[in-house]
Amino acid sequence: MTPLLVVAFLLVAAGATVVVLTREPGRQAVTLSVYGVLLTLLFVLLQAPDVALSQVAVGSAVVPLMVLLAVRKVRGGKR
Amino acid sequence: MTRSARWIVFWLGAGGVGTLIVLALLRMPSFGGLVHPYRDLAVPAAVGRSSPNIVSSINFDQRALDTLGEETILLGSVVGAATLLRPSKDEQELLDRDEGRVLEATKLLGYLLLPVTLIVGADVVFHGHLTPGGGFQGGVVLATAVHLLYVAGSYRLLRRLRPKSWYQVAEAVAAGAFVVLGLVGLLLTGAFLANVFPHGVLGDLFSAGTVFFLNAAVGAEVTSGVVVLLSAFLAQALSVREVS
Repeated sequence: MTPLLVVAFLLVAAGATVVVLTREPGRQAVTLSVYGVLLTLLFVLLQAPDVALSQVAVGSAVVPLMVLLAVRKVRGGKR
Repeated sequence: MTRSARWIVFWLGAGGVGTLIVLALLRMPSFGGLVHPYRDLAVPAAVGRSSPNIVSSINFDQRALDTLGEETILLGSVVGAATLLRPSKDEQELLDRDEGRVLEATKLLGYLLLPVTLIVGADVVFHGHLTPGGGFQGGVVLATAVHLLYVAGSYRLLRRLRPKSWYQVAEAVAAGAFVVLGLVGLLLTGAFLANVFPHGVLGDLFSAGTVFFLNAAVGAEVTSGVVVLLSAFLAQALSVREVS
């Protein structure tokens, strides 16, 4: 395992911990998005570009967006 | 069941799963090893059918049935979410007249990126058998591109230029097309989802036989699915109000 991979694994572990420890769903969407980017980095380093593409599109963009929209709906139409 | 009995059941289960995981991990090949029996079979099979992207060949040719299962899961979850999110009897869609202001910089960037993102998405879908990516990845990119209309323009603009019913129809048709392509294989060779179309020259745009067409079908299904899903979420967050 190269040092770069070790760093990427540690970053993913740290990112995942931050997501779990973030209690407020609105903020969690943001940390989840950052975690998605870290995971993408790991997939690229592991030479899995196909998985990395799916991860960056779904994990960093679409899922956090759905969480944010759901949070906004649940809080009621304060605009 | 009492509290302590529940804990006993939990620890029995957790202990069993934990033991099995440790036993499985001990027998795993080491990280990044040189022995890959699956690779040694999958790579020649993929290249033999003119698909330089081995992952796409596995997804849409060698294990295409698994992909059909995944597409069906996606279809099912989109249908389920859209059903749950549709306005109920005491809700009504009301569009705000004033939608606030979009920064000029955001507008410029959004409208510049819209065509670029559409082209990248189409590229990822249609070169799925050649380069990393494929119908799923490209489809999500295409769906994201459509929503730049909302980021850079307005919700009204997005609604006008994105007729939801088209995407609902396209999703169903694309999911059906996957099955039809599978049935063509069944009729011609006796195997469901067999790669029956001409394989062409390795590296050409129109090559790899069925992989190209299945990629296109999945691309259409994922684009439409994500658009339908996000449109339901956006409607609930932005325009559906309770009326008494």
